[in-house]
Amino acid sequence: MCDQTFLVNVFGSCDKCFKQRALRPVFKKSQQLSYCSMCAEIMATDGLHENQTLASLKTEAESLKGKLEEERAKLHDVELHQVAERVEALGQFVMKTRRTLKGHGNKVLCMDWCKDKRRIVSSSQDGKVIVWDSFTTNKEHAVTMPCTWVMACAYAPSGCAIACGGLDNKCSVYPLTFDKNENMAAKKKSVAMHTNYLSACSFTNSDMQILTASGDGTCALWDVESGQLLQSFHGHGADVLCLDLAPSETGNTFVSGGCDKKAMVWDMRSGQCVQAFETHESDINSVRYYPSGDAFASGSDDATCRLYDLRADREVAIYSKESIIFGASSVDFSLSGRLLFAGYNDYTINVWDVLKGSRVSILFGHENRVSTLRVSPDGTAFCSGSWDHTLRVRA
Amino acid sequence: AQELSEKELLKMEVEQLKKEVKNPRVLISKTGKEIKDYVEAEAGNDPLLKGVPEDKNPFKEKGGCVIS
Repeated sequence: MCDQTFLVNVFGSCDKCFKQRALRPVFKKSQQLSYCSMCAEIMATDGLHENQTLASLKTEAESLKGKLEEERAKLHDVELHQVAERVEALGQFVMKTRRTLKGHGNKVLCMDWCKDKRRIVSSSQDGKVIVWDSFTTNKEHAVTMPCTWVMACAYAPSGCAIACGGLDNKCSVYPLTFDKNENMAAKKKSVAMHTNYLSACSFTNSDMQILTASGDGTCALWDVESGQLLQSFHGHGADVLCLDLAPSETGNTFVSGGCDKKAMVWDMRSGQCVQAFETHESDINSVRYYPSGDAFASGSDDATCRLYDLRADREVAIYSKESIIFGASSVDFSLSGRLLFAGYNDYTINVWDVLKGSRVSILFGHENRVSTLRVSPDGTAFCSGSWDHTLRVRA
Repeated sequence: AQELSEKELLKMEVEQLKKEVKNPRVLISKTGKEIKDYVEAEAGNDPLLKGVPEDKNPFKEKGGCVIS
């Protein structure tokens, strides 16, 4: 009796080249096939090439990142606060809560001002979206969404409609009507469809187009009337949490921030990413353009806010303090860009001197996380929304 | 983005980085100064910065008419 073990070959048609050959079993993506020895050889070396290309691509990516850092460092000849050394320091600020908007049944997640500088739309975990007159604190409209966690809401430039969405993965537009007999929900128009939650939305310069950001890692531009997708923006490696459009004078770009710690600037027409910044150490919850359009600020779970200069292509300031350890959820600039208001998860709002990098004021009042914050269109006031169910207008 | 293979994602990343390296950039001493100049030019119009007299503040305490 032989003790020899030998390879049992089957003779037949190769699964790859179909020639009649001695075949041996091979595994491709956990499926068993029968290849002739020639095709089996080729497959083995293909795998080798595949791995080599992957490795060489990784090295190329790393070296390009290094080169990008080098190029950016060349422009870093001075710090922003040094440029601003001679600028007069700011005095004490008195910003009082002038209005408290009560009515939401749960956490306020988002808010936006109307261009008329007095109306505000806010959305909540309880599924309600409310339009307020901030001068009188009256609720002018209210709609209940079919989902909870309405994480995004926006006022249309005309003031005649609002957009909102959240866990329903959609962005819907509701025309605002003063007809008591009309049911707002009946006129609802579904515009955007994502494959994960809607985290942010904003009308562009008109009521006709909406830009959205989603937990599915993409941003998208939609036509409101037809619901058609006009452009999509791919590049974030994780949920996109926020976006902001460039001030209209500076052209067709917007900035987005995500859980991949990146802030990305996009060209709206081509869908291409123009610049990307990865200096935060955690999720970026909020991004806001500087009023001139040449820079933008970000607020992150790493407890810092940062300023990125678009023309120098780098971060130029960090707003942080050792005593601030909770994430910044939302940021906005005052009209001149001298002040940066930032709402935090430790219930406070810190006011930063953008040029000098120092904190000028800390505002208390909310009884839970500050989740959203916007300065009014004419800069006379700012509104903050919180998990304590209220919104506060300060001036 | 989840449908693409690791190799394809890396290729896209390399292409994007190649483009970004070529972006034009300006010295911070110049751009920083422009940010500072913008602030100084607009500071006079910034209500939250310089404050607004109570009688002109649309959010002053309730009571009285607001004509808008």
